[in-house]
Amino acid sequence: MRFVDEFRSAGTAHALAARIAELCEPGRQYKFMEVCGGHTHTIYKHGLEDYLPESVTLVHGPGCPVCVIPMGRVDDAIHLAAHPGTIMTSFGDMMRVPGSQGSFFDAKARGTDIRMVYSPLDALKIARQNPDKRVVFMAIGFETTAPSTAMTVLRASAEGLANFSVFCNHVTIVPAIKAILDSPDLRLDGFIGPGHVSTVIGCRPYEFIAGSYGKPVVVAGFEPLDILQSIYMLMLQVRAGRAEVENQYTRVVPYDGNRAALHAINEVMELRPYFEWRGLGFISHSAMAVRPAYRRFDAERLFEIPGVRVADPKACQCGEVLKGVLKPWECKVFGTACTPETPIGTCMVSPEGACAAYYNFGRMNRHRVSEVSVS
Amino acid sequence: MTGWVEQALAEHDRTDRDAAGAPADAGGGAPARTAEGPPGRREQQVLDRIDRARHRRPRIREDRITMAHGAGGKASRTLVEAVFLDAFRNPELERLEDAASVRVGEAQVAFTTDSFVVSPLFFPGGCIGDLAVNGTVNDLAVSGATPLYLSAGFVLEEGLAVSDLTMIVAAMKAAAKSAGVQLVTGDTKVVERGKADGCYINTAGVGLIERGTALGVANARPGDQVIVSGPIGDHGVTIMLARGELDIEADLASDTAALNSVISGLLTAAPGVRALRDATRGGVATILNEIATAAGVGVTVHEERIPVRTVVRGAAELLGIDPLYVACEGRFVAVVAADDAEAALAALHTHPLGEGAAVVGEVTADPPGIVLLRTAFGGTRIVDLLVGDPLPRIC
Repeated sequence: MRFVDEFRSAGTAHALAARIAELCEPGRQYKFMEVCGGHTHTIYKHGLEDYLPESVTLVHGPGCPVCVIPMGRVDDAIHLAAHPGTIMTSFGDMMRVPGSQGSFFDAKARGTDIRMVYSPLDALKIARQNPDKRVVFMAIGFETTAPSTAMTVLRASAEGLANFSVFCNHVTIVPAIKAILDSPDLRLDGFIGPGHVSTVIGCRPYEFIAGSYGKPVVVAGFEPLDILQSIYMLMLQVRAGRAEVENQYTRVVPYDGNRAALHAINEVMELRPYFEWRGLGFISHSAMAVRPAYRRFDAERLFEIPGVRVADPKACQCGEVLKGVLKPWECKVFGTACTPETPIGTCMVSPEGACAAYYNFGRMNRHRVSEVSVS
Repeated sequence: MTGWVEQALAEHDRTDRDAAGAPADAGGGAPARTAEGPPGRREQQVLDRIDRARHRRPRIREDRITMAHGAGGKASRTLVEAVFLDAFRNPELERLEDAASVRVGEAQVAFTTDSFVVSPLFFPGGCIGDLAVNGTVNDLAVSGATPLYLSAGFVLEEGLAVSDLTMIVAAMKAAAKSAGVQLVTGDTKVVERGKADGCYINTAGVGLIERGTALGVANARPGDQVIVSGPIGDHGVTIMLARGELDIEADLASDTAALNSVISGLLTAAPGVRALRDATRGGVATILNEIATAAGVGVTVHEERIPVRTVVRGAAELLGIDPLYVACEGRFVAVVAADDAEAALAALHTHPLGEGAAVVGEVTADPPGIVLLRTAFGGTRIVDLLVGDPLPRIC
């Protein structure tokens, strides 16, 4: 299939892997973090680690939209959805994220009207079709999805729609990366930068990683060869002692980002002073709220919301997994108490969560498997 | 904290204790949950622990039925095993095959039932009526039976257009004729508007098993070849697109078809066929897992050998779903002894419903209970049972 198979060529992968291996200095370990959950998914789905030398380790980062939603926000959303005459809408990934009283799916089974949508514009359509109901869109995601939420609010405003609002949970990636860089637990050699976020914000916001922290960054696409090439580019930087922001995903990411998208976000949303991230705690200026000028579309102003902070289950080590300190299987409850069917932590929910990716795709002994599958 | 987390943790500790052969914890020190040793060994310890957890008796944790219980993945299996099998348990049901095989007088009879709730009722390539007949015919056919008689039960919603119903019934008539079966009994119920979605159909069927050796996924042996009868995922993607929620258009139709004729040809040509399953809900991946679990074997499949139409692959890529999990209504998976694989493939290729058949992988001794995929990219990953519906990713 065109535009897909070219980026998954085993021949090219072998050639790149050989070059990566050549760049490894004997006795040295290399640790790179892929910030984005989409990358984590690709790495496991295609078995990319099979191509890496043992001295190169990939550490999974915090860039998974539903993984960072704290329990309290899920509870708030379910409380909000239970108001009589309300229809809650959200992306499919959100449906199984556990709150303290269960997930959206559980609330739906109890009779709350929660519907899965593919785009916030679908939520807008539901609002038009149900003028007697209050339709709320549970907005989640990094800068990748924020522009579409902003555009939806702008459209609702232009139409004068009175029964549509947004429960805004948009977060920003840079403060999370900074929290990881400031964390004493982890020593990284570089970052595979998030591709989709960068289509919106560009590459400039990462310059502090290279400048202030001396770590190389390569913004990467989502096909397996994109990721392998970005690892090669990182190895070249490390080998040469460079720390720069490079763009592997030039076919999609402009270095300065997308002005129209940034303008839409800025028109509708403003930074919150602080926001709670699942497992990472409160991070200042790390999330967005709807601006007062668009208060008519802000569910947090329209509905009474408990806003109670719910502590994560003690056994859950999502925070350590999100920061890359623990590998998924190193979590105490991984795969036994916490599974994709009954997730305790958010990392086990989304296909982009590191735990779900490892459980669903990587749960095998690589040495045993390589013996079996050589055929 | 919610009760179920505590419950899950208690179960987790119990798994560890059982493995260590230690007596039940009397409230002493907390059991060691963290594996120890060098990284490679520690990871293996965790994998072993997960394996033990997966062999625990299935239990439903939810208070209510959710959509995941109907999606054909892990939750469906838990529901079937924890509720239905637990209550009705008998040796025939325990096999959990597509049809039961029971002795009636001198005859060995295959018996099965299936309900159909597809939305929309009509879609490119067929309608709920085609599915209701073909689905039950196929469950009989993959049991090695010659399908003979079907029943049909209708649950109709107040307000359903009579013209729609007659179109559905006409489709059933045509499908039954083409499959060589007769609808010999039936039932009709009507419920108030809003209590159903247009029309639900249940069909049951009986067939005659004349073959000496029983087919079953538990028969799979290392060395056997795994065959898929044609391009996968056509039906599921057609339905997704027919719902019109995605604003994607494609030239694609459901693969709904009766498989009894192609299967009959296959069984005649290749006596080494050990198991057949039609790849409906949960797709080919679910069947491969059923083989691995039931026979205690590994199954390795090769991504580039799996037949998938470009249009299905394209839609699946866009939606972030894996064609391996997408439902088919006219495709099956066959496990065939290696010696007979060539004959089986040749027989399939002579039939219009098997012309796209391919050997996609093989049964291995190790790792037991696990399905491995060699990706086209050249890596290896496992293919697990699906949790819930295939939900498109958001970014």
